[in-house]
Amino acid sequence: MARKTPDIPSASLADTAFMMLIFFLVSTTMDTDAGISRTLPQPVPKEEINDDQKIKERNVLIVLINKNDQLMVEGEPMHISELKKKAKEFIENPADDPSLPEKSVKEIPFFGDYPVSKQVISLQNDRGTSYGLYVQVQDELAAAYNELRNELSQKKWGKRYDDLDKEQQDAIKKIYPLAISEAEPKNYGGNK
Amino acid sequence: MGKFRDGGKKEVPAISTSSLPDVVYMLLFFFMVSTTMKEVDLKIGVNVPMASEIKKLEKKSLVSYIYIGKPKDKFAKAYGTEPRIQLNDQFAEVKDIPDYISAERQQRDEKEIPLMTTSLKVDENTKMGIVTDVKQELRKVSALKINYSTKKGVRRY
Repeated sequence: MARKTPDIPSASLADTAFMMLIFFLVSTTMDTDAGISRTLPQPVPKEEINDDQKIKERNVLIVLINKNDQLMVEGEPMHISELKKKAKEFIENPADDPSLPEKSVKEIPFFGDYPVSKQVISLQNDRGTSYGLYVQVQDELAAAYNELRNELSQKKWGKRYDDLDKEQQDAIKKIYPLAISEAEPKNYGGNK
Repeated sequence: MGKFRDGGKKEVPAISTSSLPDVVYMLLFFFMVSTTMKEVDLKIGVNVPMASEIKKLEKKSLVSYIYIGKPKDKFAKAYGTEPRIQLNDQFAEVKDIPDYISAERQQRDEKEIPLMTTSLKVDENTKMGIVTDVKQELRKVSALKINYSTKKGVRRY
């Protein structure tokens, strides 16, 4: 005798779904990880460290941060709010100032022969520098590069750097290569 | 010839709730897909600094995390208040980092190793000394791609 199976009540379906929904709502963290990406230099064996690779002084922007979180750029104290402007001027060297980096003409796709400056920014910090300020300085320097890249891309293509395709971005990267060099750690200000 | 309803005699039909589970399931699936569970139980307080020129970390499966910050209050007795390193769920020393990186590498495919990124989640009040030590240690094991974890925002000077 086949008995008619009663319908399974589905009224509680919504309740179970709600329960799971609330669980995921609570346990979820929406924030995606973001930050400033950098590539560390290859490790150098101790005996090979030498300062012989002289880079001309005009090609280097020296940024020092001491343990009291004070900034010194090219031998002069500076507030962090001025760093970006200074770095942009240094990287671009618009007026071919002899005290700012020299340029060498390179062949760049899309641009043809283009004078590329030989800039390097040297960043040195003390062991007592706070990480917050260090990141701010890194951020300001990155902002200087990004703004220059953006300006060039606006001039050439009328688009933002982020909206360019890969080859165009690479061409601009060749003109303004990110060159932030961090010194081998030294201990200036005593321990901690 | 307009028809007029006289009075409010007609009863409003009950709203059918049979589609409610469907709606809820849709929301449920959205959250299930977009959710990322907390990776570790933090024993230190980490308040990462703010920055504006940031990039999103892609491929979360290739990221290993190093946390640096002051131990939380309940651990302060045992571990002091100086900034410490946390790897996975434990406090660690600088010398533990190579082991941690090689353990992380073993979990990945060989081809993916050069793409692995180390995310440094460091409290903004930490001194650079410990961060520099960690970076030197990472260089030694050739884990060269790093990411200083930050919040998005504009800083006040």
